[in-house]
Amino acid sequence: MGNSSKRLLKSRKVAILALISTAAMAFGYTAPAHAASKVVTISFSQWWEPELPAGALKGIISTFESQNPGIKVTLVSGPYSATKSQTIAGAATGTMSDVVGLDGAWVSDLAKQGALANLDNAFTRAKFPTSQLAAKIKISNTTYMVPVVNYIYPLFTNDDLLKKAGITSAPTNRSEFAAAAKAVSATGTAKGWVIPLSQTNPNGIQNDIMSLVWASGGSMLKGGKPNLTGNAAVKSVITFVKGMWDAGSITPGAFTLSEPDKVTEFTNGRAGMMIDSLSHITQIKTAQPNLNFSIHALPVADGYAGKGGIPYASWGIGVAKSSKHPLEAAKLLSYLMSTSVNTKLADLGHAFPGNTLSVPTWVNTDPMFKTAFNIYQSGYPANEFTGLPKAEDLMLKFDTPFQSYLSGSISADAMLAAAQKDWLADF
Amino acid sequence: MSLTARKPSEEKSIRTRLEPYLFLSPTFLLLVVLMVVPVGLVIQYSFLDNVIMNQFPKFVGLHNYLTVIKDPIFQIALKNTFWFTAGSVLAHLIIGLGFAILLNSPHLGKISRSIFRMIYILPWIFTVAIIAILWRMILDPVGVLNYALIKLGLIHTGVQWLSSPKTALLAVTVINIWAGYPFYMMSLLAGIQGISKDLYEAARVDGASWRQAFFNITVPQLKPIILSMTVLDIIWTSQQFAMVWMTTGGGPITSTQMIGIYTYQQAFGRYEFSLASTSAVLLLVASMVLSIIYGRLQNRQD
Repeated sequence: MGNSSKRLLKSRKVAILALISTAAMAFGYTAPAHAASKVVTISFSQWWEPELPAGALKGIISTFESQNPGIKVTLVSGPYSATKSQTIAGAATGTMSDVVGLDGAWVSDLAKQGALANLDNAFTRAKFPTSQLAAKIKISNTTYMVPVVNYIYPLFTNDDLLKKAGITSAPTNRSEFAAAAKAVSATGTAKGWVIPLSQTNPNGIQNDIMSLVWASGGSMLKGGKPNLTGNAAVKSVITFVKGMWDAGSITPGAFTLSEPDKVTEFTNGRAGMMIDSLSHITQIKTAQPNLNFSIHALPVADGYAGKGGIPYASWGIGVAKSSKHPLEAAKLLSYLMSTSVNTKLADLGHAFPGNTLSVPTWVNTDPMFKTAFNIYQSGYPANEFTGLPKAEDLMLKFDTPFQSYLSGSISADAMLAAAQKDWLADF
Repeated sequence: MSLTARKPSEEKSIRTRLEPYLFLSPTFLLLVVLMVVPVGLVIQYSFLDNVIMNQFPKFVGLHNYLTVIKDPIFQIALKNTFWFTAGSVLAHLIIGLGFAILLNSPHLGKISRSIFRMIYILPWIFTVAIIAILWRMILDPVGVLNYALIKLGLIHTGVQWLSSPKTALLAVTVINIWAGYPFYMMSLLAGIQGISKDLYEAARVDGASWRQAFFNITVPQLKPIILSMTVLDIIWTSQQFAMVWMTTGGGPITSTQMIGIYTYQQAFGRYEFSLASTSAVLLLVASMVLSIIYGRLQNRQD
C-alpha cells in the first residue's frame, strides 16, 4: 500500500469516526443496562423543595428510598413558574417526570392532553386506602390530582402600621377594610393594601380579588360555566377594589407586581395589609423577625353573616401517563400521602394535610398558626379556578380588562362583559 | 444483462469525492437535528389544529395564520414591537456612535480611556435578569429615578414608569437601549480606529470643519458596519422577550405586549401551541427577510 493510499484510508477512517461520533451525540447513546442492577430510578418534579426548610424534602425522600431499596428518586426542583413551564413542555414531548407536583390550575389541560395517569388505578396498584384522602381533583370522573397539602390565604395585617394609623382591630368587613387601608395610606409611610396584578403570573386575580368574592359566599361560575356579567357578587368586589384604587389606598405599581413582590412589600413594612398564603409566614419571620403582624379571616361584604369560602392553594401531585415505572411512581405517591409522612410535610410547610387522618402538630406551636386553624375551620375551602380549563389564562383574561377598569378606561360592566366573552372562548 | 466491474480508479474517484461530505457530515447532522428538524416541526405545527393538546391534529391550511393576523392582541404586539425596535435601534446607533467617538478622542489619556471603556461596556456584561431587577428598582414608584426627579422639583409624586400604560413602552425601550448600546459602541470604535488618519489630515488641510469631516469621512467609512449592525439589531430587538417579560410581562393592559410575549402566552398560558407556532413562523419569516438583506450587504462589502 502506497503512502497516498495509506493517507486516504486514514482520512477516511477519521471521517467515518466523526460521522459515528456525531450520530451518537445526536441520537444519544444509551449504555446497556447492567443485568444485575434492579434499581429503578424515577423522577419527581415539584416546586416544593425550595419552599421547604433546606434538606427537608430530600430527607423525606431518603427515608422512602431506604424503605424501598429498589427505587431511587431524582428530585427535579425549581421555582413554581419554572416547574409549570417544565411540566407543560414535558407533557408535550412525553418527557414529564414520573411523579409531578401539580397546581389545580394545570390539571384540566394536562388531563385533556392525556399526560396524566388515572390516580385511582395508581392507588389501587399501591394498595393505598383512598378513603384517607381529603380531596381528589377529578376531570370527567377520573382522578388526576390529589392535594398533598393545602395552604389557606388569610388576611395579613401589619399591626404596627395599623396602630400608627389609629386602627385598633383587624377589619372584618369591606367598609372597615377600606377605612383601615385609607388610614394607613394617610400616614404617608406605607400604603394600605398591596395587590399583585402582574400578567407574568396573574394568580393575584385568584388569590387577592376573587378570594373576596368567595369569602362572602359568592361565586364566579354558574353550573360550572363563567358567570361574570350581571353577577352582583363579582361586581361588588371589583367596584370595591376600584374605590380603594381611586382613594390611593393600594400600593402603586400593582399592574406589574407579582406575588413575591407583594410579600416583599408587606415584609418591608411598605404595605399595611395583604391577602397571602400561610406558607409565607416562615419567610416573613425570617426576613423581618421584628415585624409585628397577625393573620385574620378575609373581610366580607358589609352585613354578610353566612359561612365564607377560604381561598386555598394546593401542593398537588400526579403521575405521568408516560411513566415507564407506574408501580414505583404509585409507591412514592402513596408514601407521600401516608398519615405520618403527610403529617410531617404539613408540619414542615405549616399547611393543612391532604390525608384526613393526619393531625398537624404545627397548629399548636404558635398562636398565629392556631388562628389559621380556626380560620380554616370557620369556613370552607374555596378555589373555583381549580380544575377549570386554561385556568391561568382565565386569570389573565380577567386581569387585562380589570387593569383597564382600574385605569378608568372602561366601566365595571364593560370589564365584566369583556372577561365573560374571553372566558367563554376557553370553555 | 451483464454487470461490469468498476475500475479501481473510478472507485477511488467516487471515494475521493465522498470524503469531504463525510468530514462535513457531523456539522450537517447537527444542523439537521438542532435547526432543520425543530424549525420544520414549528412550521408544520402552524398548519395543524392545536397540536400537542390535540392527540390527532388535522391540517387546517392557513386558518391559524388568519386567526393570528386578525387577533387584535397580535396587532397590538406587532405595533409595539415596531416602535420598541425602531426606538431601540435608532438610539443604539446614536448613543453607540457618540460614545465610540468620545472614546476615540485624542484628548483622552490611555488610563482614562480604559476606565471609560470599562464603565460604558458594563450594561453589555450584565445578564438579562440582573438588568431587569436593576431597572425595576430604579423605575419603582418609590425608586431612585422618582426620588431624584422629586428632589429636583421636576415631578411632585412618583411616576409608575413600568406600571402605567402611558409610560411602560417607553420605559422598556429605554431599558433595552441601555442594555444594548455597548455592542454598537465597541464595534463602531473598532471601525473608527481603522479609518486612516491621512483622510482627516487631508480634510484639515483643505479647511474642513469637524462636522464636515464627520459626515464626509467618518460616516461613509463606517457605513458598512452601521448597515450590518442595524440589520442584526433589528433582528435581535424584534425577538426580545426575556427583558420585557421580567419587567412588565407584556402589561399593563397590553401596553408592552410584544410578538415574543404573545407567542409565549399562546404556548404556555393558553396551551395554543399551533397559534404560538404560527406567531413564531411569522417572526421567523420577518427575520429571514432581514437575514437575506444582511447577507446581501455582507456580499456587497466583500
